[in-house]
Amino acid sequence: MTPLLEVRDLTKRYGPRIGCADVTFELWPGEVLGIVGESGSGKSTLLSCLAGHLAPDTGSVVYDTRANGARDTLTMSEPERRMLGRTDWAFVHQNPRDGLRMNVSAGGNVGERLMAVGARHYGNIRATASDWLGRVEIADERIDDRPSAFSGGMQQRLQIARNLVTGPRLVFMDEPTGGLDVSVQARLLDLIRALVRDLGLSAIIVTHDLAVVRLLADRLMVMKSGRVVEEGLTDQVLDDPQHAYTQLLVSSVLHV
Amino acid sequence: MIQVENVSKQFTLHNQGGAALEVMRGAQLSVAPGECVALVGASGAGKSTLMRMIYGNYLAASGAIRVGALDVVTARPREIIALRREVLGYVSQFLRVVPRVPTRDVVAEPLLALGRPAGEARARAEALLARLNIPPALWELSPLTFSGGEQQRVNIARGFAHEYPALLLDEPTASLDAANRGTVLALIEEAKARGAAIVGIFHDEEARARVCDREVDVSGFAPGAS
Repeated sequence: MTPLLEVRDLTKRYGPRIGCADVTFELWPGEVLGIVGESGSGKSTLLSCLAGHLAPDTGSVVYDTRANGARDTLTMSEPERRMLGRTDWAFVHQNPRDGLRMNVSAGGNVGERLMAVGARHYGNIRATASDWLGRVEIADERIDDRPSAFSGGMQQRLQIARNLVTGPRLVFMDEPTGGLDVSVQARLLDLIRALVRDLGLSAIIVTHDLAVVRLLADRLMVMKSGRVVEEGLTDQVLDDPQHAYTQLLVSSVLHV
Repeated sequence: MIQVENVSKQFTLHNQGGAALEVMRGAQLSVAPGECVALVGASGAGKSTLMRMIYGNYLAASGAIRVGALDVVTARPREIIALRREVLGYVSQFLRVVPRVPTRDVVAEPLLALGRPAGEARARAEALLARLNIPPALWELSPLTFSGGEQQRVNIARGFAHEYPALLLDEPTASLDAANRGTVLALIEEAKARGAAIVGIFHDEEARARVCDREVDVSGFAPGAS
């Protein structure tokens, strides 16, 4: 088996300031990696660099493509990278409005990604969209409604359906449960877990919520000031943190 | 099956003046298939710490901990994840689950993670829940709303859903009534009979006498002991 993603010495600076620096890790098929840290720790910058939304200054992001094996996504052509983003990769934004087209119906939102990879048969597209709405627990009768008429939790589930319909192998998630009511969060966590398990997805989840990573992530990277200060098995990092910053982070969580 | 060799552990508390606490030194333990070994020692002696190190939940400072062919001390996270999925089960004292997930699914999850068919996993979960006297009316509900004893039985059902070759049991019979305690001890005996290597912490002396083949006193592994 080979890693799905191999990241080496990834660095992104904003002028003199560090976005993220010298980040190196591997992600294996079926693995869920959590990236935690406080605001400004560089975790979102890192995710954007990995997903090709932001060009890092140095480093490599080698992805095991279906067609051509290991390829550095930073040096591949723009059309190739865009194709990857539409098919084998998915990106779930914190705010569903950033990942959905709000004036297109729910079914259209899911179908659009299928059409981008060549699906043309309307009946098939609608059937697949309907199937995916069901999987993310959106009632079939809402297929023609626009996401603007949906609750926040429904919008987030629709965004997940839109992303997963093309059968990606790698999903990037930026605070997927942020901004949702706690009760809605729990349902979404359960949904994401089941999808990851049943589809064998790999995922990279950025969050500042340690409870979320404990439930979702196999492995954890802790970031501070743009650098990874600690990494390891999720429960080991949370229960026996080695770095001073991780110890502070873990001991600062409020319990209810 | 489980081999602990010369393991030490220390905690460094960076935010409390960098205090370094050495809590264990020279720990040794060997558990064969079909054997159940009890960890004993006063509260705070390090029973749970040793158990957590075997599970990979705590990092050992030095030494080797082999479970099957894998050295947990030096293994990479994904190797430990695979070990936990297939080989090494752990029944902790606390139930940690995603809120609102039905009890039946919580118990079936270890089997689903192994790729077993959903029907088979659910049937096994229901059989275990029934055996542990969790009424069917509760199977559709999240265990987070249950009483302490019920949560513990759900935790045990989940720990025994897959037939792990190695098992860690942290107080599996605490706060259970006599009937349920008997069921848990029977589950342990069945696991031993099929060849599982078991490490357990039991404050319940009767339970220990019934299922454990020998005892290892962890206070012998205290840094000042030898």
